[in-house]
Amino acid sequence: MKPALEPNQLLILIPAFNESGAISSVIQEVRAVMPEAPILVVDDASTDGTNQSARSAGADVLRLPYHLGLGGGVQAGYKLAYELGYEYVIRVDGDGQHDPKYIPALLETLRETGCHMVIGSRFQNGGSGYTNSLRAVGIWFFRLVLRPILGKPVRDPTSGFVGVNRQALQVFTGSFPLEYPEIEALVVLQRKRFQFQEVPCRMRPRKAGRSTITAVKSLYYIFHVLLGVFINVLKFERRRRKDSPREEE
Amino acid sequence: MERLLNVTSFLSILLVAMVLFSVRRSHIRVEYSVSWLAAAIILLLLSRSSFALEWISRQLGLGDPPLALMLLVFCVFVIVLYRLSVIISDLKDANIAMAQRLAIVEFQLQNRSANFPAKFNEE
Repeated sequence: MKPALEPNQLLILIPAFNESGAISSVIQEVRAVMPEAPILVVDDASTDGTNQSARSAGADVLRLPYHLGLGGGVQAGYKLAYELGYEYVIRVDGDGQHDPKYIPALLETLRETGCHMVIGSRFQNGGSGYTNSLRAVGIWFFRLVLRPILGKPVRDPTSGFVGVNRQALQVFTGSFPLEYPEIEALVVLQRKRFQFQEVPCRMRPRKAGRSTITAVKSLYYIFHVLLGVFINVLKFERRRRKDSPREEE
Repeated sequence: MERLLNVTSFLSILLVAMVLFSVRRSHIRVEYSVSWLAAAIILLLLSRSSFALEWISRQLGLGDPPLALMLLVFCVFVIVLYRLSVIISDLKDANIAMAQRLAIVEFQLQNRSANFPAKFNEE
């Protein structure tokens, strides 16, 4: 993968952990939609040959030395993209749930609106997709929680199908949640007065493997994310109060 | 009460001995042994000074000095565990940043050698 030379250059980031069953077809699908865009697979220390499958399919692979979890892997990809000078990064999950045909719509929204983050939303008008009932309840709950914090509604806060621009990349290289990063990342950006948009898209059932989120983990997820959101709100409010006298001066 | 104080003294001395032994065997680093040694010494002093324990008990509004001792044991170990949580969190952050940096450097080295095979072969 060469450093970005042209402005507006896009990197497709695919975090993957033990996704050897799906990763090749995901890369091929992305390649079919965005033939010019470099594809970086972040292999989170998989033990099933995901690394080799991704390389065989023609992607570059950033292999982590040990399992960091989704947030750690995505942040590693963001750091590399930022260092190489990429202007936009669109994240597509390695399990095949995100339909790559919506990547151009995400990229266009990033470019046209100048927003810092764009979310592929299965609940936006025209979007659709697979989600289980437990997750649907979680999404509904977090919509309610996030509405006053973000100052505008977000329909699919748990979507991992997201695109970010270089300013957001810079923020995420310094601070990115390690576990269940989607919702907290949204709060981090909003607290910095960054803008986000949602774009309708379709989500599919995963192509292979099993989701790591079980019923018990779902409860932990809700608690963990709520705590993360609360801490981020407190952290940024404190900073804002500290910064405000200087602004007045 | 006397028996409880003796048991606390014995456990404190045991804790000091264990920590010193672990430091000597390099199982605990010196800087992380300080919290445990401080906690053990505080408990040892309190268990040997009934005057201090009774004074603390009165200040806390507890009629029973052993109860005050148990409360102090609890507080001391909560502080030690809290300090360790802070240290572990710092270490985890540093470790993650280092793992990410290692992966990125390795990636860039591989790309470099793939892009300039002749130069690398010459070297």
